[in-house]
Amino acid sequence: MIRRHLPVLITLAVFIVGYLICLAQFPNFASTRVIGNLLTDNAFLGIVAVGMTFVILSGGIDLSVGSVIAFTGVFLAVAIERYNLNPYLAFILILGLAALFGAGMGFLIHAFQIPAFIVTLAGMFLARGLCFVLTTDSIPINAPAYGQITDIAFALPGGGRLTIIAIVMLVTFAAGVVLAHFTRFGANVYALGGNRTSAELMGIPVGKTTVRIYMLSSLLAALAGIVFSFYTSAGYSLAATGVELDTIAAVVIGGTLLTGGYGTIIGTLVGVLIQGLIQTYITFEGTLSSWWTKIAIGALLFAFIVLQRGLSAASVRSRSN
Amino acid sequence: MQPVTEQPQLLEIRGLTKGFPGVQALDHVDFTLHAGEIHGLLGENGAGKSTLIKVLTGVLRRDAGIIRLEGQEVTARDTADALSLGIGTVYQEVNLLPNLSVAENLFIGRQPHRFGLVRTREMRRRASELLAGYGLDIDVANPLSSYSVAIQQIIAIARAVDLSAKVLILDEPTASLDAQEVETLFGILRRLKSRGIGIVFVTHFLDQVYAVCDRITVLRNGRLVGSRPIAELPRIELVSMMLGRELAAEALHRNQRPAVTGEPLVAFRNYGKSRLLEPFDLALRPGEVVGLAGLLGSGRTETAKLVFGIERADSGQAFVDGRPVRLATPRDAARLRFGFTPEDRKTEGIVAELSVRENIILALQAQRGWLHKIPTTKQDEIASRFIKLLDIRTPDAEKPIGLLSGGNQQKALLARWLATEPRFLILDEPTRGIDVGAHAEIIRLIERLCEDGLALLVISSELEEIASYSDRVVVLRDRRHVRELSGDEVSADTIMTTIASHS
Repeated sequence: MIRRHLPVLITLAVFIVGYLICLAQFPNFASTRVIGNLLTDNAFLGIVAVGMTFVILSGGIDLSVGSVIAFTGVFLAVAIERYNLNPYLAFILILGLAALFGAGMGFLIHAFQIPAFIVTLAGMFLARGLCFVLTTDSIPINAPAYGQITDIAFALPGGGRLTIIAIVMLVTFAAGVVLAHFTRFGANVYALGGNRTSAELMGIPVGKTTVRIYMLSSLLAALAGIVFSFYTSAGYSLAATGVELDTIAAVVIGGTLLTGGYGTIIGTLVGVLIQGLIQTYITFEGTLSSWWTKIAIGALLFAFIVLQRGLSAASVRSRSN
Repeated sequence: MQPVTEQPQLLEIRGLTKGFPGVQALDHVDFTLHAGEIHGLLGENGAGKSTLIKVLTGVLRRDAGIIRLEGQEVTARDTADALSLGIGTVYQEVNLLPNLSVAENLFIGRQPHRFGLVRTREMRRRASELLAGYGLDIDVANPLSSYSVAIQQIIAIARAVDLSAKVLILDEPTASLDAQEVETLFGILRRLKSRGIGIVFVTHFLDQVYAVCDRITVLRNGRLVGSRPIAELPRIELVSMMLGRELAAEALHRNQRPAVTGEPLVAFRNYGKSRLLEPFDLALRPGEVVGLAGLLGSGRTETAKLVFGIERADSGQAFVDGRPVRLATPRDAARLRFGFTPEDRKTEGIVAELSVRENIILALQAQRGWLHKIPTTKQDEIASRFIKLLDIRTPDAEKPIGLLSGGNQQKALLARWLATEPRFLILDEPTRGIDVGAHAEIIRLIERLCEDGLALLVISSELEEIASYSDRVVVLRDRRHVRELSGDEVSADTIMTTIASHS
């Protein structure tokens, strides 16, 4: 039991130790303001990461999410500011579009047995390119609805705010946990990551599941894009570059095996928070370049991949014993 | 024994035909399975057993023929469809999901649920109940991979029976089980049989055929040879049905060879690795065959891995020609002109996508370094020489090796190492998953190889076989070399008693 959850426990331990280090150096870390901001600032990353966890659990990868986030922002900005579309209608439209986009990628991956890496790489270029078709400028979004939505927040004791953005992320994670661990779809996702051929022989609807996984990933990327547009109040074609890689890093640090089959949604949340923690620390520190975030994440990622290797080797050994 | 033929016909196949480019895999094959019978499906590699099963379970489409299940003509579109028709299959490599829990493996796709949510506790309760019927009392919440292959096999059977419960196909289920586990499995099969399930049992082990089957059907080269009740079929006749030739004498006759003398070619002193294998002494002279015998998990494969440098020994010293050598990696071993054909052909041996030729020259090329490419004409020559020498049955050297039958893949693997002209060759289960005919050929090959001065270390679970070609046999138990048999001591009986003693 402990063995099975070891990766997540280690991730959690890293987070707690990291948090304590931050706390020792900057007592302000205990304030709800910092915690609230930690959740808000990483909300969009967290939302995509939920989708990415499903993709990686199934043994795939989705490189298109960053571009989908950018496209969502640009689409919303253009639709709301240029065509005066109702923001809520625009949200529904973009979620629908993204779901179609993801389903298309999933279909290609399954029907033609093309590696997910290639299909989603193409999807990444496609979505990014479409941003520039819509506009090359950064378009601010001034719709009143935006101001209203971003203003919704619960006051936390101690002056912090739990924003609607953070709540959306937390709800997404909760939904992700239920989907992964308490539905047939979730079991099928793990099955695909465990062994595709076996899954097929056992009569699991591999094609349908694959399509749904990528649909979910793109859908959540669009949701993250909406959240991101609240956060930045603008749509910009070059936004969220490299977010797909940050997301993959968060998922792996969260204890999900990159080869699929093993991992948890909760681990991903902790993985996202670790990234946020490092960023916050560097902001507090003040003298360090923000690029140190990347270096720290790189080092962590290395450590976790080595750890996973070690763990899986150990479990293979214990089985042959 | 009840006369099974009086039971109703459950599955009826008439004139089943299936061709692949260049091969007629099935040629008007008839097959009849009765309810409540265990029906052995036998044949050499490439006889068409796998094709028959694949057509039956919807993996492949038939070219012609009729399949009737309980009198109704059926065609399975895919495995899921076959399952819903009532045809369940359990494969040699357990096709379940190692990362999911036992309960999920049993119920995936049909988990009990409420409001779209899986009722995990209910599922686990049902899973425990189901497995209790098979005499298994395990924690069904644990991942499948935490249990042994034997238990996984039983879980796979439980799943298949629970899903369909009419026809159960077992494709070499006993290949990786030890004797006791096989007995357990047979107990389960007999119980299922008494429930009226028709069982198709594919195996290579004749003993098992006689132990559990009611009837056998033999295929050869895609054609039906015959279908007979096992009770009135002498063993020698069964073998000849399978081989299509009268077996001159017992294939497994112990060859009397003069004892090999001289200085050891390779020697290991106090060689071992903690937690893997107790330190052992082992020496092989040129031209000598040493067998490693023991139950599964006794340390046979571990010995091979240590000796070939796949596992790094933490005690003792290896010697070649009396001089101490460094043997820390397989690369070191290859440099010393050691060769190794692993137990698990599919994952550790062949590169399925590469051609027979490429597979054969792989080790030789690696030895020469990738900068010194073996000229194409030379490659062709080596490949065709070994194809002829070992009688590898393939249309041509460029065919992807994955398309050959197991026995031919094994021969190609052997060729890979022989091409490097090794001095010391380790064969781990060279005859596993290979039909009787290829068995005998591989054994003859082993004998021929040692006449050429090669030292051979052979691992096998087939005691008769190991006794027939080994000069000495090392018996292992619980990760220890317990005894070395030589001369007249080398016999299946002695090996058996040595394995069984004190345990």
